Amino acid sequence: MSAAAPVDLGEVAAISARYGDDAGRMLDILRDTQEAFRWISPEAMGLIAERTGLSRVAVDGVASFYAFLSRHPKGRITIRLCDDIVDRFAGLEAVTRTFEEELGIRVGETSADGAVSLETTPCIGLCDQAPAAMINDVVVTRLDAKRVREIVHGLKAGLSPEDLISERFADLSPYERATHMVDNNIRHAGQVLLGPVPEDAGLKAALDLRPGQIIDTLEASGLRGCGGAGFPTGRKWRFAAEAQGDRRFVMCNADEGEPGTFKDRVLLTERPDLVIEGMTIAARAVGAAEGIIYLRGEYAYLQPLIEETLARRRADGRLGKAILGVEGFDFDIRLQMGAGAYICGEEGAMISSCEGLPGEPKTRPPYPVTHGYLGCPTIVDNVETLCHAARILDKGSAWFHAIGEAGSHGTKLFSVSGDCLNPGVYELPYGLKLSELLEMVGGEGAAAVLVGGPSGTMVARDTFDRRLTFDDLATGGAVVVFGPERNILEIVEYYISFFVHESCGYCTPCRVGNVFLQRAIAKFRAGLANPEDIDYLRDLSSTIIETSRCGLGMTSPNPILSTLENFPLVYSAMVKPSGDGLRATFDIQSAIDDARKLAHRRSHIFDRDFTQ
Amino acid sequence: MSGFTFTIDGAEISAEEGQTIMEAADAAGVYIPRLCDHEGLRHQGGCRVCTVKANGRSASSCTEPAAPGLAVESETPHINKLRRDLVEMLFHEGNHLCPICEASGNCELQAMAYRLDMTEPTKFPYLEPCRAVDASHPDIALDTNRCISCGRCIRASQDVDGKGIFGYVGRGIHRHVAVNAPALSDTDATVADFAISPEVCPVGCIIRKRQGFERPIGEREFDKAVIGAEIERKRDE
Repeated sequence: MSAAAPVDLGEVAAISARYGDDAGRMLDILRDTQEAFRWISPEAMGLIAERTGLSRVAVDGVASFYAFLSRHPKGRITIRLCDDIVDRFAGLEAVTRTFEEELGIRVGETSADGAVSLETTPCIGLCDQAPAAMINDVVVTRLDAKRVREIVHGLKAGLSPEDLISERFADLSPYERATHMVDNNIRHAGQVLLGPVPEDAGLKAALDLRPGQIIDTLEASGLRGCGGAGFPTGRKWRFAAEAQGDRRFVMCNADEGEPGTFKDRVLLTERPDLVIEGMTIAARAVGAAEGIIYLRGEYAYLQPLIEETLARRRADGRLGKAILGVEGFDFDIRLQMGAGAYICGEEGAMISSCEGLPGEPKTRPPYPVTHGYLGCPTIVDNVETLCHAARILDKGSAWFHAIGEAGSHGTKLFSVSGDCLNPGVYELPYGLKLSELLEMVGGEGAAAVLVGGPSGTMVARDTFDRRLTFDDLATGGAVVVFGPERNILEIVEYYISFFVHESCGYCTPCRVGNVFLQRAIAKFRAGLANPEDIDYLRDLSSTIIETSRCGLGMTSPNPILSTLENFPLVYSAMVKPSGDGLRATFDIQSAIDDARKLAHRRSHIFDRDFTQ
Repeated sequence: MSGFTFTIDGAEISAEEGQTIMEAADAAGVYIPRLCDHEGLRHQGGCRVCTVKANGRSASSCTEPAAPGLAVESETPHINKLRRDLVEMLFHEGNHLCPICEASGNCELQAMAYRLDMTEPTKFPYLEPCRAVDASHPDIALDTNRCISCGRCIRASQDVDGKGIFGYVGRGIHRHVAVNAPALSDTDATVADFAISPEVCPVGCIIRKRQGFERPIGEREFDKAVIGAEIERKRDE
């Protein structure tokens, strides 16, 4: 057992008091407690419960939901290796092995002196520079055995994670810190977001309009949400503006967790002002005075940059009271950090998380536009969507509408990674063929391309002429390229395991059904599947999709369904009819294993050393 | 309050503004299968057994508002197949060995399986949880290996008893009902609590000690009538 830091309950009380002992700020209280003591001890949990007026088990429910919170002592330094399929294909195994050897602990363990914990975590948004890892809040990229040894030797010599990035880390600006850690990899700048952007031109234009006119402009532009669902943004704003409520909220969804997506990371680094400008315009349009940026815990390294941007805008009158001198236009934003939960990218779950609850989606209806954060009308928009909104107010709806094609207007940021020469971010008008994008990124040799992340579609070579639009290959932006040497079933197994890990567990089909899918794919991988198992996969998938409570379960079988459709041979090559007509759903050996061991009964068949 | 009508499987149902599909259906004597919903408790919409198609779109009828003219499908072969899959998932997620469970005959999961014709071996794998039984309390025992995560005890204790003895802990397949203390005996739970009463736990997870076989098998609730019969009787009246 590791040497846990003693938990100073006085300091826990101070943390709780800092958030007004408000149960609605539970995630912040627990995050700070975790950071201070590297775990949330039972005593700390009890004290927090007492001060916030919740039951112990309710606090436990929050603490146990988020992957970055721990109910067991963790090391002063926690190393989280990004375990995405792209990282695996980029050499994660050697990186993991080197970390284990150098640290003398295995993944999942904490060193005896309590110094270091080694863990894995799903996609941290750095697929374009994989393999990557988090060391506390610092991120390191393009890891190999040599770099891992440098890191571990540095840490053992007493360097802080920040020292690993730069000797003069403390002197760097927040922007410099971020770009020292992570490359932007902007490969193609389009005219809307990544080209030159005049400061606050959209906000100034918006202030000359009535709120209703701002919404009219957005509706006329054809802008649709860029997080993946593609809901018309203007309509969302109109619903919220028309809803009854004393308080209204604008939330920015910066929880980009879809494996293979990292375009919001680049916007938050390069265009933080534009994001906040978009939120401010939204606030003006719907009549909101309060905003929240929900930043995924994996992007904690961007927190200082965003806080600095907020502070700067407050100082020069672009946030706070009477923005840009407009009496009565008050709006301010708080930054809410996440703590390792993909589901919080779902708007209802994000709202729950901001309310200090486990990140479980809310029952719909009612929808957030009428009953969102704290029950008030709330719009939740993706980082990219808000940036687009600001640009549309500056350049006009006709300008934006003319880019792209009918039903899919404007540009889109694509996060491209995997087996291609130029991974990175590409801003392109909607309507491009996938083959054209592959040519740009140097991925012409691809055998399969995952568009839209695991919730999207796995496209095969013969249909690379499909188009990147809402009507064909809709995407939140992830494009993961897989070369011919990759094993499709390995990829599918990885993604379905991701959904098992990230399901919140609220509803039966997603909680249980995805585990069954995971087991079934493992059967295929092991060569134990029968022809009927292909029907079983389809059948179970459709039950999960039809009965799940939120978008996670409604899309989690997609890696299976889209590969069954586009790569049928991968499955049919792995099945064989069983001689006795029985299906291997029950493994008698594993079922009786515990009892056999307890009874000290040995088996001729299963104990290979029986004769010794 | 303005009244309106909508249809379930073609039959006209009266509803009031603010009612869910299930509430209106119950009042009209039309039973929609459910496990996590229970009269007098907040709706949760977690088990999904009450899934219906409302104007062709899947929805949990316990949470979906009734609306004028809504066309709801409920007792179709397709929807009952979805429900059966969900009930089977719950059987496979926990350890549900009816012949050795004292809830047999009073168990809503078992009764729902009969109602939905779960009559042959299922195709799913068994997850075989192995959680410790909490027998610390003098009058109550908890075997959460039989829990179906319906959360009825959580809501009953919190909202009706005002105690908050139970809560959900964990995420995904690891999410489970936990006690607000190291053990149940450390809480102020009593057999008189609504949360502990036989009607709240639908399965054999919350056990009242020394009461299990007061009524013999063969004379229990679902030995006499199919689950939902109580609601369906209203229709005949």
